[in-house]
Amino acid sequence: MSFISYLVNGISLGSVYAIIALGYTMVYGIAKMLNFAHGDVIMVGGFAVFTIVSTLGLPPVLGILIAVIICTALGIVIERVAYKPLRNASSPLAVLITAIGVSYLLQNVALLIFGANTKSFTSVVSISPLKLAGGQLIISGETIVTIIAGVIVMICLTLFVNKSKAGQAMLAVSEDKGAAQLMGINVNGTIALTFAIGSALAAVAGVLLCSAYPSLTPYTGAMPGIKAFVAAVFGGIGSIPGAMIGGILLGIIEILGKAYISSQMADAIVFAVLIIVLLVKPTGILGKNIQEKV
Amino acid sequence: MKKFNKIMSVVMASAMTATLFAGCGNADAGTQAADSSSEANNAASESEASNDTASSSGVFKIGGIGPTTGSAAVYGTAVQNAAQLAVDEINAAGGINGVQIEFKFEDDECDAEKSVNAYNTLKDWGMQMLMGTVTSGCSVAVAEKTAEDNMFQLTPSGSSVDCVKYDNAFRVCFSDPNQGAASAQYIGENAIASKIAIIYDSSDIYSSGIYEKFVAEAANQSFEIVSAEAFTADNKTDFSVQLQKAKDAGAELVFLPIYYTEASLILSQASTMDYAPIFFGCDGLDGILNVENFDTALAEGVMLLTPFAADAEDELTQKFVSAYKEKFGDTPNQFAADAYDAIYAMKAAGEKAGITPDMDMSAMCEAMKGAMTGITLDGLTGVGMTWDASGEPNKEPKAVKITNGVYTAM
Amino acid sequence: MKKIKMTKTAKNNFITYLIVLVVYIAVQILLATGNISSLMKGLLVPLCIYVMLAVSLNLTVGILGELSLGHAGFMCVGAFASAFFSKCTDGAMPDGLRFFIALLIGAAVAGVFGILIGIPVLRLKGDYLAIVTLAFGEIIKNLVNVLYIGKDKNGFHFSMKDSISLHLGEEGQVIVNGAQGITGTPHDANFTIGIILIFISLIVILNLINSRDGRAIMSIRDNRIAAESIGINITKYKLMAFSISASIAGVAGVLYAHNLSTLTALPKNFGYNMSIMILVFVVLGGIGNIRGSIISAVILTLLPELLRGLSDYRMLIYAIVLIAMMLFNWSPKAIEWKERLREKYFSKHFSKKKEVK
Repeated sequence: MSFISYLVNGISLGSVYAIIALGYTMVYGIAKMLNFAHGDVIMVGGFAVFTIVSTLGLPPVLGILIAVIICTALGIVIERVAYKPLRNASSPLAVLITAIGVSYLLQNVALLIFGANTKSFTSVVSISPLKLAGGQLIISGETIVTIIAGVIVMICLTLFVNKSKAGQAMLAVSEDKGAAQLMGINVNGTIALTFAIGSALAAVAGVLLCSAYPSLTPYTGAMPGIKAFVAAVFGGIGSIPGAMIGGILLGIIEILGKAYISSQMADAIVFAVLIIVLLVKPTGILGKNIQEKV
Repeated sequence: MKKFNKIMSVVMASAMTATLFAGCGNADAGTQAADSSSEANNAASESEASNDTASSSGVFKIGGIGPTTGSAAVYGTAVQNAAQLAVDEINAAGGINGVQIEFKFEDDECDAEKSVNAYNTLKDWGMQMLMGTVTSGCSVAVAEKTAEDNMFQLTPSGSSVDCVKYDNAFRVCFSDPNQGAASAQYIGENAIASKIAIIYDSSDIYSSGIYEKFVAEAANQSFEIVSAEAFTADNKTDFSVQLQKAKDAGAELVFLPIYYTEASLILSQASTMDYAPIFFGCDGLDGILNVENFDTALAEGVMLLTPFAADAEDELTQKFVSAYKEKFGDTPNQFAADAYDAIYAMKAAGEKAGITPDMDMSAMCEAMKGAMTGITLDGLTGVGMTWDASGEPNKEPKAVKITNGVYTAM
Repeated sequence: MKKIKMTKTAKNNFITYLIVLVVYIAVQILLATGNISSLMKGLLVPLCIYVMLAVSLNLTVGILGELSLGHAGFMCVGAFASAFFSKCTDGAMPDGLRFFIALLIGAAVAGVFGILIGIPVLRLKGDYLAIVTLAFGEIIKNLVNVLYIGKDKNGFHFSMKDSISLHLGEEGQVIVNGAQGITGTPHDANFTIGIILIFISLIVILNLINSRDGRAIMSIRDNRIAAESIGINITKYKLMAFSISASIAGVAGVLYAHNLSTLTALPKNFGYNMSIMILVFVVLGGIGNIRGSIISAVILTLLPELLRGLSDYRMLIYAIVLIAMMLFNWSPKAIEWKERLREKYFSKHFSKKKEVK
């Protein structure tokens, strides 16, 4: 019984990782950059909802909507100011470092505005927990909502990328920026759109993260951000279903590792599994293996 | 590219030299009152410099160190605010021996190396006594430096054993082993529970220190430890496994030698799991009721051993809490209370020793060291606190229980 | 033609050594005349540590061309191995000898870890390699945090749980105490030793770059398939660069451990944050540019300290300065603008030079 219970907990943690990883993989797949500030955009989303719902007392739906708008705008601004000037820099590492700078910036702005004290987040989910097997197995409302949201986001993103014109443009940009430009695709606009979508997803992820684990500080996003990055790599970075699978697997491994091996070494176990997976399948579970051209 | 690099390196090299000088400039800025900029270069070695400062300015310079940025910022900020409050009160009442206090607080990001940097910055400013550092790891590193310089150090909340290893260092809070043993004794003697689970932070000095002593002391008590699970700084959002194990082992009481941030998550996850044991914590748990927007019903029945409770009825606490709330907008926690007491302990010892601002830091340290063991302080974290030469405070922890969202004495 | 080029690199390297030497002498003069603040005095050894870390990571990132996000892990290994040694032998041998052996141990252990981790990791490419090195760094940090080693008259005891399960005898002493780490490491590091170690690292790295092996390593960076086709042993050269880089980081770790009396593996000092910080030094200073790494490591270490006057806004300003410097240094537009600016003001000087050529 306890095994099933661990499994459920793993899925619930994994679903949070998955929804963050979806945003990560989206940005990586198209813009080909590791956006280290993604976790902090999640934190901004969390604070936006906290301010609107808990401080101003407005309804949660409005809060989520405004948070999505704020994060989308933030994502576009960050892209324009900090990333775009470096897109053609001689090394791809330049933009990675700037992303780290943006991450520090967001954390410290939040620290100045909201202070270092932990805020307790009121869950926006009002579904009561599902009790199975006579109360032995409990699935919280947040878990149900997160998983459903994750699946919906995954399906929508896949459809968007594969069926819509803008999505096709994104695929083209990710394949070859120069060729896409020659084909008349607005590369700058497409990348900005990618960041907008990625940041909107971050806002949703922030709300779900804080609902499932109701504590909010300026550093809330950092560690889940890194974990989600690991999850995205795990599933094959750039692959949308891969991010979902990677996130849920990561959650399950983390919980089972804590339960059956050692609670002190949970992170070591997660990372060890990641290394083994990558050594066996160097591009992740669903990653495409790109043959190197000579 | 090559040329560009060359130019850049020239620019950077000159920037570096500039910063080097700026460093000196900054350092001397502390002594601005007397020194004109041209004299700044003549400033002699730092100990003399601080003497000059001390005699010319005629104030006591007390420094503070703690994290005000980074993930431990909440503790450093509390200490900074409360210490400033105490300093302002003392200054308004005439200062120490009629001399005003100047207080300066530096950030260490909870990193030992940055903490030493902060200490050196304060030394350049002319600090004569140190109220810090806030966290244990940093405190151990800085204690090494204060012992070298023979500077008086009083840490409000550095609880690990090594923080007061040297005789110039004292502390206000309990030591970790002390808290661990006291908790185990309290649970055993009052027969609160017979099966106990522990959830602790294995990557934190404070938490693992209490945990180890608790387990050692538990051998002498009547209860049994049925599960002991850890979490780490990088893995502190999901506690379902730790709680599930405690539940499966049938624990009636979960001992939480951790800080309230994580504890608030544990309480809410336990409630989702329909698991309602008695939760028992140490002083780190104080503050849980003041987490903004926290549902205090979750904390119903939580017991903690703490020397300070923001809801206490006594006049001193109420005065402090209302002044703090008015000035900084939130309720002070354990750390704030420790810092407030630390400043008042410095005042008491300073008055007993009859220190004057023109003493150099070493002489002041000797005088304060002797006086610390002779004072009795009625502070926020204990009535009739005394110190012995080992640096440990003597005070009684109060056991409180949360009922209807407020602390009640047990 | 070749000869001229060689002397150019030699000259370039000479300038790098000279800068370090001049800074050393300048600091010694300042120290002797007492014109240096306590803060700067306290920062001298950390500066040496970060310079060594930046220079060593530049070997991996700039010369080998692989992104590593686990550099702090090697530093951690070197720090703990050497601190353990120093703690065990404190008082048993002269201080100088003990520290020398500690340095060798730190370098060796980190180097061995470099090889052990390098063998599987270097098969991966690009961002996947980055994430695996990050994973290794985090694993090392996590394992060090649960490592307990104690000593009593029956010898050493190990545990991965807590210090109680060491079951030490009466006079047993816990040396490595999990999260509490190692306390009371002797304070052996000083600025002169730090500068000597920087010199040694520079000699090792600069000579490697300009040697046959170094050219082989760079050929792998520039075109792996071409390098392989002319018979360069890819694995060997990759491992060589990676393990040298790791062992220099290990030496930096030794300095770190012997500069502070407390050694704990926190996310702050040995986690991915630190690895990223070192990467920031390397990228800001110029990838593959050793001198640039030194300078940017110094600037970025000093910057937060010099911004202390801004109190609460310190880290905010630091972040903004970091972004601005990155944009200024790397953005193609900014580079173009700087070129134009330079041509405008130094055009005479440059046209002369061109004529000479």
